[in-house]
Amino acid sequence: MQITVTVNGVTYTHDVEPRLLLVHYLRDVLNLTGTHIGCDTSQCGACTVLMNGKAVKSCTIFAVQADGAEITTIEGLARDGQLHPVQEGFWEKHGLQCGYCTPGMIMTAVDFLQRNPNPTEEEIRHAIEGNLCRCTGYQNIVRAIQYAAEKMRSGS
Amino acid sequence: MAVTKMFGAAVKRREDPRLITGRGNFTDHIRLPGTLVMAIKRSPHAHARIVRIDTSKARAMRGVVAVYTGQDLVDKLAPVPCAWLIPASDLKVPPYRAVAVDKVRYVGDAVAVVVATDRYIAQDAVDAIEVEYEPLPAVVDQEKALEPGAPQLYDEVPNNLAFHWKLHSGDFDAAWDAAEVRISRRLVNHRLIPTAMEPRGALAAYNPGTGELTIWCTSQNPHVHRLLLSAVTGLPETHIRVIATDVGGGFGSKIPMYAGEMIAAAISKDLGRPIKWIETRQENYVATIHGRDHIQYVDIAARRDGTITGVRVRAYASMGAYLSTAAPGVPTWLFGLMLQGPYAIPVVHCDVYGVLTNTTPTDAYRGAGRPEATYLLERMIDLLARELGMDPAEIRRKNFIPKDQFPYTTPTGLTYDSGDYEATLNRALELVDYQNLRREQEELRKQGRYIGIGFSTYVEVCGLAPSQAAGAMGFQGGLWESATVRVHPTGKVTVFTGSNPHGQGEETTFAQLVADELGVPFEDVEIVHGDTEMVPFGMGTYGSRSTAVGGAALVHACRKVKEKAQRIAAHLLEVSPDDLVFENGRFFVKGAPDRGMTFQEVALQAYLAWKLPRDIEPGLEATHFFDPVNNTFPFGCHICVVEVDPETGKVQFRQYVAVDDVGNVINPMIVDGQVHGGITQGLAQAVYEFAAYDENGQLLTGSLMDYAVPKASMLPSFTVDRTVTPTPVNPMGVKGAGETGTIASTPAVVNAVIDALAPFGIDHIDMPLTPERIWRAIRERSR
Repeated sequence: MQITVTVNGVTYTHDVEPRLLLVHYLRDVLNLTGTHIGCDTSQCGACTVLMNGKAVKSCTIFAVQADGAEITTIEGLARDGQLHPVQEGFWEKHGLQCGYCTPGMIMTAVDFLQRNPNPTEEEIRHAIEGNLCRCTGYQNIVRAIQYAAEKMRSGS
Repeated sequence: MAVTKMFGAAVKRREDPRLITGRGNFTDHIRLPGTLVMAIKRSPHAHARIVRIDTSKARAMRGVVAVYTGQDLVDKLAPVPCAWLIPASDLKVPPYRAVAVDKVRYVGDAVAVVVATDRYIAQDAVDAIEVEYEPLPAVVDQEKALEPGAPQLYDEVPNNLAFHWKLHSGDFDAAWDAAEVRISRRLVNHRLIPTAMEPRGALAAYNPGTGELTIWCTSQNPHVHRLLLSAVTGLPETHIRVIATDVGGGFGSKIPMYAGEMIAAAISKDLGRPIKWIETRQENYVATIHGRDHIQYVDIAARRDGTITGVRVRAYASMGAYLSTAAPGVPTWLFGLMLQGPYAIPVVHCDVYGVLTNTTPTDAYRGAGRPEATYLLERMIDLLARELGMDPAEIRRKNFIPKDQFPYTTPTGLTYDSGDYEATLNRALELVDYQNLRREQEELRKQGRYIGIGFSTYVEVCGLAPSQAAGAMGFQGGLWESATVRVHPTGKVTVFTGSNPHGQGEETTFAQLVADELGVPFEDVEIVHGDTEMVPFGMGTYGSRSTAVGGAALVHACRKVKEKAQRIAAHLLEVSPDDLVFENGRFFVKGAPDRGMTFQEVALQAYLAWKLPRDIEPGLEATHFFDPVNNTFPFGCHICVVEVDPETGKVQFRQYVAVDDVGNVINPMIVDGQVHGGITQGLAQAVYEFAAYDENGQLLTGSLMDYAVPKASMLPSFTVDRTVTPTPVNPMGVKGAGETGTIASTPAVVNAVIDALAPFGIDHIDMPLTPERIWRAIRERSR
């Protein structure tokens, strides 16, 4: 099946099998390996990308379902070398250790802060329930998201 | 001495820019032209004879390049090695074929391998392989496996007993007879699944022209993998390059050599093509090592005043179906040596039975033996406190090794390097406002609300290890670490370290050390690790050793560089080296500070070599292999406060305080991060995670749908504090910090829940303390 997908602002057209997962399309066909695979049952969230502005788990979407969609992956978040406030927050607050869950965690946070710009700690923890991290215990991830929220609210 | 500007600074990590932009170099990201994908067919039976394998349908599929059975690989791969041959234990190491030949012994055991042009075709082909099995009875429980008549995994291992390890120090029978109080209990330290977020894998690229194998692999210790790959493939070490640069977490599960990477290497050599193998999470759950799985019978002898006079343990460790690379040493040495904990217990008796069962092999998982020891001590001391009506904080204080007794020789033969246990207890008590908390507990009980306060005071052994001790314990390697510090003509510095961090931040902390030692800007220092072609032999990252041992190697190498630089500067400045001072990256003459040379100027001169004396070689680099004289022994006190709802059994975390002493701290932000992550994994064992098998050997918790790795909403924030008692074992005074959180937290949480349930007459529940178990325990008591 032929699909046309815009990823990080670039439009691609490819012929793919109907069963090809979006995450494999991104990683193996487009060579965007920043989106990671951490499980096969949709729990871990390492594969999270934005599809038409909303966070989705790309392991649970077929590439053919993304026909005509706009996808943002972790590689497309920084603009002109300028980190997104969420990326900056993760760096400032030591919100990552091995870095494997990080791209998915960041994309989920970006989507969340769009919808809830001034969250409580409890709301943040609930929002990232679909993203597993084995290294940080989430404490600094929460701080990173709080940092980003404050930065984005102050308009910088 | 250099001004320690960067030591102790919470600098942002060097690792982060690539990781937060999706540009990490994880194994599955590497692309080579002509790569074929490998997939493994695994046994659905826990114990079965392989009667027949029909690969014809798979071979006929378009896109399938080759199919291998265990028989096809017998001549291409030696058995998977066990590299910890514990002495004096009647150890039996059964043969461990990467792909099973006539018998499978656990669900997940490999039976055939497919090589295809893409991963979807490979999986289709795996499904098309037909295997006829003759199922055999399986045994999952280690105590049952020892019983006469139990299913036998191997003819050469009678009663499935792989080893019986002993450590007997002092006369326990006498202590038991003389005891005023005796506490006995059966404790279960249940099986866990490490679940690093990155599944394991390898990309093996054999070059038929040169006979060299380059293999990217998810390894915590690339040189160890190189050595073992050489042993199993027959390729010499000089012809194998292992690359493990970015690794997505390990926690011990990426130490061992596994079937997957061995098979990929052998097939790449056979076909002359790059072979990529990446496990799925469900494969990871059955075919990557599990942790813990100890059943312990514990006796504590004590006096009425709360002093413990002896501890005896008989433990049954489930080793799984094979002995994994480091497996025998984990439930034995790393467990038994610590059975006095932070207490002045004079008598320790330990017998450990290593039992083979039809389950996934077990091996080191964060803490590796020490959580099993600390959990035992901290549960038993709480039981003793309850028996005697003593406060759990005070009974611990009473038993602590006093701070003026260090270095302290334990009955098990260890020498604790430094310690002040009471200071951590006092600080933790202060942070939770202990007396008020107990008052609050009383008040709430009157209202039918149950809060609990749980203690865990611990010491652990890490910064592994003196090589002589390693050898004496049967570890088939040394435990030193290497570093090469190479200064370039422009004065920039590259450090090649044998450590292989995978989240612990040494690319940052090592640069901090170098910046201080050599007085060069932090930005001028590059840390290289993970590639066996670039780095001298290193033992890798585990056992909380990278800073204590790898960092020490680095500091010594820096000092060799500085010493040579000083001689060069002295020669060029026409003074004696003793007349020079080195400060802020500059050598200058004592008393004439404007006569000097910067480190960078010296470096350039070292490479120009125009004016060097004959007895100084050109260049400026040094290598050091650091073999520690002792392990390091971090310690601390954790206090957990929970509220338990007796109607639902649900546990809510009110507060969690950790006061740890890991010696000097290079980067407090990174150490705190290690503590957060460590506490989370230990807490998870207490109340969430459980690798559950049914009696037929089926892994019930076979995916993240069922195995309860904690989510952010299941955890509190932790209050982390520290005391600082440096170690004399390395020049930085640094102890390990990677596993303390996990070791301490499990009993802190369990003790808190049991303390909450005291009014119900409950004194113990086996982990994990799920709502159902708590609810049942309360119901049982109320009958």
